[in-house]
Amino acid sequence: MRQVIYTIVENTPLTANVYRMRLRGDTSAIVAPGQFINLQIGGLYLRRPISVCDWDGDGLTIIYKVVGKGTEALSGMAPGEALDSLSGLGNGYDLTCAGESPVLIGGGVGVPPLYGLAKRLMRQGRAVTVCLGFNTASEVFYEDAFRALGCEVRVSTVDGSHGAKGFVTAILPEHPTHYYACGSEPMLRAVFKALPCSGQLSFEARMGCGFGACMGCTCETIAGYKRICRDGPVMRKEELIWNA
Amino acid sequence: MERLKVNLLGIELSNPVIPASGTFGYGREFAELYDINILGTFSFKGTTLHPRLGNPLPRIAEAPAGMLNAVGLQNPGVDRVIAEELPALARIFHKPVMANVSGFSVDEYAETCRRLDACVQVGWLEVNISCPNVHGGGMSFGTDPAMAAAVTRAVKAVTTKPVIMKLSPNVTDIAAIARACADAGADGLSLINTLMGMRIDLRTRRPVIANVTGGLSGPAVFPVALRMVYQVARAVDIPVIGMGGVASAEDVIEMMLAGATAVEVGAANLVDPFACKKIIEDLPGVMDRYGIERLDKWR
Ligand SMILES: Cc1cc2nc3c(=O)[nH]c(=O)nc-3n(C[C@H](O)[C@H](O)[C@H](O)COP(=O)(O)OP(=O)(O)OC[C@H]3O[C@@H](n4cnc5c(N)ncnc54)[C@H](O)[C@@H]3O)c2cc1C
Ligand SMILES: Cc1cc2nc3c(=O)[nH]c(=O)nc-3n(C[C@H](O)[C@H](O)[C@H](O)COP(=O)(O)O)c2cc1C
Ligand code: FES
Repeated sequence: MRQVIYTIVENTPLTANVYRMRLRGDTSAIVAPGQFINLQIGGLYLRRPISVCDWDGDGLTIIYKVVGKGTEALSGMAPGEALDSLSGLGNGYDLTCAGESPVLIGGGVGVPPLYGLAKRLMRQGRAVTVCLGFNTASEVFYEDAFRALGCEVRVSTVDGSHGAKGFVTAILPEHPTHYYACGSEPMLRAVFKALPCSGQLSFEARMGCGFGACMGCTCETIAGYKRICRDGPVMRKEELIWNA
Repeated sequence: MERLKVNLLGIELSNPVIPASGTFGYGREFAELYDINILGTFSFKGTTLHPRLGNPLPRIAEAPAGMLNAVGLQNPGVDRVIAEELPALARIFHKPVMANVSGFSVDEYAETCRRLDACVQVGWLEVNISCPNVHGGGMSFGTDPAMAAAVTRAVKAVTTKPVIMKLSPNVTDIAAIARACADAGADGLSLINTLMGMRIDLRTRRPVIANVTGGLSGPAVFPVALRMVYQVARAVDIPVIGMGGVASAEDVIEMMLAGATAVEVGAANLVDPFACKKIIEDLPGVMDRYGIERLDKWR
């Protein structure tokens, strides 16, 4: 973890309430896709956690949905402004488990961290399938970005206005070697039930600190209580107690 | 630096800044960020006789200039703290640590303190009496002078280490609780713990925190905390540690002016992991500005 003051270089809407922000600054603490940064936003006391969508030596990209005061304020910030951030938080996804043909499954604003993951898995020569689930056509983002990486992209919408109709579980490939999932808990549970192969799932919690100090975010696993912010946010399927 | 030193119940602190219990874990996360030996000491996570899983999530909520928490004293239990956390701490922290203890009966407090009394690393016992008494209808020990005194006496009987009773602000007359603890033999007092509060999510129309209520801390509580430290310091003759919303070197000085011998810093560590380091570095400059030569004898 490292405290970094990032400079905003871009803050543009992708849909009616989802924004992409590019930040310039030190990314040396970011070591794996699926990690997150914790942003200090003016007027709010607690920081707000947002996943790293992608990063390089000069900076990083985040994609966020406006759901409350913090993300609303974030959407009003302009290029040139500074953002105090704790960077490189959490464990991130383990790429070594991918196998030949992994599937990446994202729902809504669970999609962003999968982009950085897909990019790195493609570089390793894997046959990556990406399954993206949204509510409706107007909420779809990054479909083309994943395609540009060379992934096989499948999209579902709940109302059928774009791609297949239904939940993301309706478009999953038959025999992936491993899965990587990020989305709401109902989506994660549905994926957990649908796919028999090994997998990694990314969780969310309201966080006090984001770096393991406050015990605000713990969840039960077969190996005892883990902190979502530090021992997660990515958990292995095998350590979840959903089997019961 | 000589001018920052204070004496807390017979142990010299290099400065009066002490990260507060529950916001610093057992020190490990912060030791990765800076040398935690620059601290006066720190108060480790509230420890109980048995392991505790804590409350369901969400445990955290935003508040104006602060936060609510209902962690529910999640901790591995005193035996694992002694067997695992303290040896790990010995490698990164070379000063006496403050052991924060919680309990749900007088016997539980006493037994946990008895076990910690055997640890050379522990400099002080800080006894959190904001917990509900399971044998007393769930009422917090810290809200009744007789119960607070009973815990104090039970703990004093099993330890030779200085005993600091940590007071709850959720009372009508905090000076009365403070006097009861002092009369029962407490060596020092610390205050305030969190103020009980709650938030409701307008969208779901349900409390944000799963436990319904949570403890408020952060800058929002600073004036309340300062007032209580002031009242308590005048009501007793034993040292008082002030806390509640402290976020700057100025706040530390203000707490000391109200009567505190040392100052704990809680929620600030969560939003700025370097908060205590910055406060310590800022202290000499702030002392210069206000004409304070030394922190031990100036009031
Ligand atoms: C590890 C992690 C990674 C995340 N990555 C992203 C991301 O890439 N893009 C994105 O848009 N969002 C992401 N989130 C969720 C994001 O943190 C919340 O949406 C944000 O904190 C809301 O802040 P606010 O002030 O706008 O909303 P608030 O006013 O605080 O709350 C509004 C609503 O948001 C929900 N909410 C608040 N805090 C959280 C939280 N920490 N987690 C989940 N829901 C919350 C509440 O249920 C509430 O209904 C992530 C969360 C975590 C824990
Ligand atoms: C997340 C969190 C956990 C806490 N856990 C404990 C605890 O285990 N024992 C205790 O005595 N106080 C606990 N506290 C209270 C703090 O030690 C402190 O008394 C209070 O937060 C006021 O200080 P502050 O405003 O600087 O945070 C906790 C506070 C927070 C924010
Ligand atoms: S948010 Fe503080 S421990 Fe996870």
